[in-house]
Amino acid sequence: MTTVAAPSRKVNLIGLEKTDYKGLDSTLCSGCGHDSISAQIITACYELGVKPESVVKLSGIGCSSKSPAYFMNRSFGFNALHGRMPSVATGALIANHTLQAIGVSGDGDTGSIGLGQYKHMLRRNVHIVYIIENNGVYGLTKGQFSATADLGQELKYAGRNELPPIDLCLEAVIADCGYVARSFAGDPKQVVPLLKGAISHRGTAVLDIISPCVTFNNQDESTKSYAWGKAHDERINDFTYVPPQEEIKVDYEPGEVKEVTLHDGSKIVLKKLDNSHDPTDRQAALRLLEEAHQEQHFITGLIYLNGDRPSLAEHERLGAPLVHLPEAKLRPPKDSLEKIMAGMK
Amino acid sequence: MSVTEIQSAPQTAQVEQREPVVNDFSISVATKNGSGSQTANTTLLRALFKMGIPVSGKNLFPSNIQGLPTWYTIRVSLEGFIARRPRAEIVVAMNPVTAIEDHQMVESGGVFMYADDLKLPLNRTDLSYYPIPAKKLATENETDAKLRTYVANIVYVGALVQLLGMDLADIESALLFHFKGKRKPVDSNMKVVRAAAEWTAANITKTDPYRVEKMNKTEGLIMIDGNTAGALGSIYGGVSFAAWYPITPATSLADALTAYLPRLRMDAETNTATYSIIQAEDELAALGMVIGAGWAGARSMTSTSGPGISLMAEFTGLGYFAEIPAVIWDVQRMGPSTGLPTRVSQGDLIAAYWLGHGDSKHVCLLPGSVYECFEFGWRAFDLAEQLQTPVFVLSDLDLGMNQWMTKPFDYPDEPIKRGKVLTAEEIDRLGGVQRYKDVDGDGIAWRPLPGTDHPLAAYFTRGTGHNERAAYSERPDDWEKNMARLGRKFETARKLVPAPVEDRVAGAEVAIIGFGSADPAIEEARTRLKKQGVQASYLRLRALPLADSVKEFVAAHKHIYVVELNTDAQLCQLLRLHVPEHILSIRACNHSDGLPLTARWITEAILEQER
Repeated sequence: MTTVAAPSRKVNLIGLEKTDYKGLDSTLCSGCGHDSISAQIITACYELGVKPESVVKLSGIGCSSKSPAYFMNRSFGFNALHGRMPSVATGALIANHTLQAIGVSGDGDTGSIGLGQYKHMLRRNVHIVYIIENNGVYGLTKGQFSATADLGQELKYAGRNELPPIDLCLEAVIADCGYVARSFAGDPKQVVPLLKGAISHRGTAVLDIISPCVTFNNQDESTKSYAWGKAHDERINDFTYVPPQEEIKVDYEPGEVKEVTLHDGSKIVLKKLDNSHDPTDRQAALRLLEEAHQEQHFITGLIYLNGDRPSLAEHERLGAPLVHLPEAKLRPPKDSLEKIMAGMK
Repeated sequence: MSVTEIQSAPQTAQVEQREPVVNDFSISVATKNGSGSQTANTTLLRALFKMGIPVSGKNLFPSNIQGLPTWYTIRVSLEGFIARRPRAEIVVAMNPVTAIEDHQMVESGGVFMYADDLKLPLNRTDLSYYPIPAKKLATENETDAKLRTYVANIVYVGALVQLLGMDLADIESALLFHFKGKRKPVDSNMKVVRAAAEWTAANITKTDPYRVEKMNKTEGLIMIDGNTAGALGSIYGGVSFAAWYPITPATSLADALTAYLPRLRMDAETNTATYSIIQAEDELAALGMVIGAGWAGARSMTSTSGPGISLMAEFTGLGYFAEIPAVIWDVQRMGPSTGLPTRVSQGDLIAAYWLGHGDSKHVCLLPGSVYECFEFGWRAFDLAEQLQTPVFVLSDLDLGMNQWMTKPFDYPDEPIKRGKVLTAEEIDRLGGVQRYKDVDGDGIAWRPLPGTDHPLAAYFTRGTGHNERAAYSERPDDWEKNMARLGRKFETARKLVPAPVEDRVAGAEVAIIGFGSADPAIEEARTRLKKQGVQASYLRLRALPLADSVKEFVAAHKHIYVVELNTDAQLCQLLRLHVPEHILSIRACNHSDGLPLTARWITEAILEQER
């Protein structure tokens, strides 16, 4: 996998240093996968030159949902309710569709209490990077199984998990989400370009990132552990993210690559390898996820990509952000009320 | 009682000598739900209104699409009383299922008009009986077989036109209103109305005293339902975002937004929308979206009823602690699940006031008329943004779904109040943001909106533990300070919300306190009480928190009757907490049977204790 290297200077495209993207010190357990993801968010936003003030960070409740405090202090944050971040994000992005939203959730927050809101956010195609920091376990309440825990998994607190997991990527593809990826917190080289592509996507971009819980679910035999992830990570494709207005510098032979242009003009350049997955093929994406589910394969990479569906704000035909409307545009004129009143006589 | 089949007109009371009763009676029409009776009923109502006669109409309907019994009551009152009356002088029985009961409910001396295929014992000697061949007239005058069931109901309108002495022109004008000027349905309905009026003139001998005459008492007035009024008020309050979930009796509020916003809030220059309405997956998500939009800085609202309020509890609490503006309309109905979802109640008062967990309390506006539904519609946004908090508007099914006469709504006479919003320039001048610091002493802090272009603008929003700079804090003193500030903010709210409307009668020892849709019945009850020698002052509450002036009003009277439409006497309980020193003079006068209050019930309930 190749990433276009950021310019080797101390400031990015908009003149900010990387420290301008930092957050507060993390209060999560030392070695938590979530902190690694926060670091990759900082890297991706810094390298892309995303303006921190234009970003809103939203989360639900849980360990994952604490993490927006640990990246990008100059961005507005909202630690909402357990499982209900999608609705808050939906409203915020209707109010101001020019904001770049980064949502951070967990497997309990998305897969259990928030499954309904997750699916409806996907259905509406809310313009948000939706990260699921997936560790298969409830951390803050000390070790219950989540709905993504694998069948047969054992935990000290909860015993053996007898129920099949919910695959949140599969749910996303089924719901016609146009950007679905799975990755591993222990693989920053894959997470960063996936994040960049997600930021460029037109609607909801789902990143299901396996993020080991070092305290409750990091035994070597756990499918959500560092050891398991490192040993079993199967990359399904090789791609490069090319920002808008930047030339493709990667050196491939003609016919070796497939380009997909994203909504903001950036490109995903996919390298065609033998047996590699083509993320623009929805049926292939569904098949891939189903097989991985059956075989308990840990596949990572870009699973599905389709920028055809308009975002919710586009669907709602919004122009100027609603929050910027002056009073004259908020309150219809007096004669319009008089006309309505005359019609009620 | 023996059941006899009635083939011809039954025995009719000898009432020819009675004095005419003009513009002062009630009509109750019993039909099946979904049978097209709404067209007939609202047409009759609006025609009477257009004749200048004060009227009110109430739809008493089941939770059902088609088939279950429905009643529509129309009250004509030359004195202008518009509360529900428990019985009617004229009953139109179109539903065989309820006919026996409908027959018993006619006031003595009244009229029982019925579809002539009804089979029931018509054995009262104090009524005028008018059988109407509804099916025959519908079949003869409507060629489309699919529409015959629907037009069967307009037959009774034609019969009443003849019997009450109405003008066909007024019916036509009302039908034009109903069908929004569409000639075809108006003509097909008018054909049936005319035929029914002619048939009645030729075949029915009028033996009752009831008739109508034109007046000028509705001149300049409009007729509208409270949900449409609330939606219009919200629109003239600048609503930019609404999220909602279908629920009776609140659905028509969102429907009205959907009807009017495309006309009033499309930007002609860019052909873009300056509003958005989302039908959410449930009420919980609806308020989540509203909270998100309010946080980002858009005027946002939701409309729901009791079950939705239950689902919104957690988000309401979050809105209170995170201090986010939101407007929540609760068009109240009876309790949870099925049973009485289409029946009216004022039973959410306490639930809404204290919704949420962990010491929260909310501003609740209490419109007492459709005029106030409009006015509080726009004021709610000013209050929500000034106070940075969720604001409830507690309407109810009676106010929301029925048609009411009102003076036309006045355009807001104040500029929009967006509250304390920090701009990038101000942040620059101040050198930062202290999101939850009370710099003005009113408990309300300054907020920057997400996206404000300044490196120091951002803050982190969360529910409970935060200090003045919005930093995470579990320190006891931060928590206590924050709660004390929220308390100060609530005292500010007490001064900002609409003040009670007081009508003090000099020397009166008895007083009534009420709110919302109980108002017409209370006003009428006061007139009745006065005739019985009981003079009663009246304070109509228009908001929670309770104004300080309520204390003084309570202190000035010996017996205060708190009139409300619920079983737990919820306002009475709140008043007793608010004015504990007069707890013994505050008396519950509550009733809850799913129907709007009547003046008769209130009068009797008060007289029982005053005699």
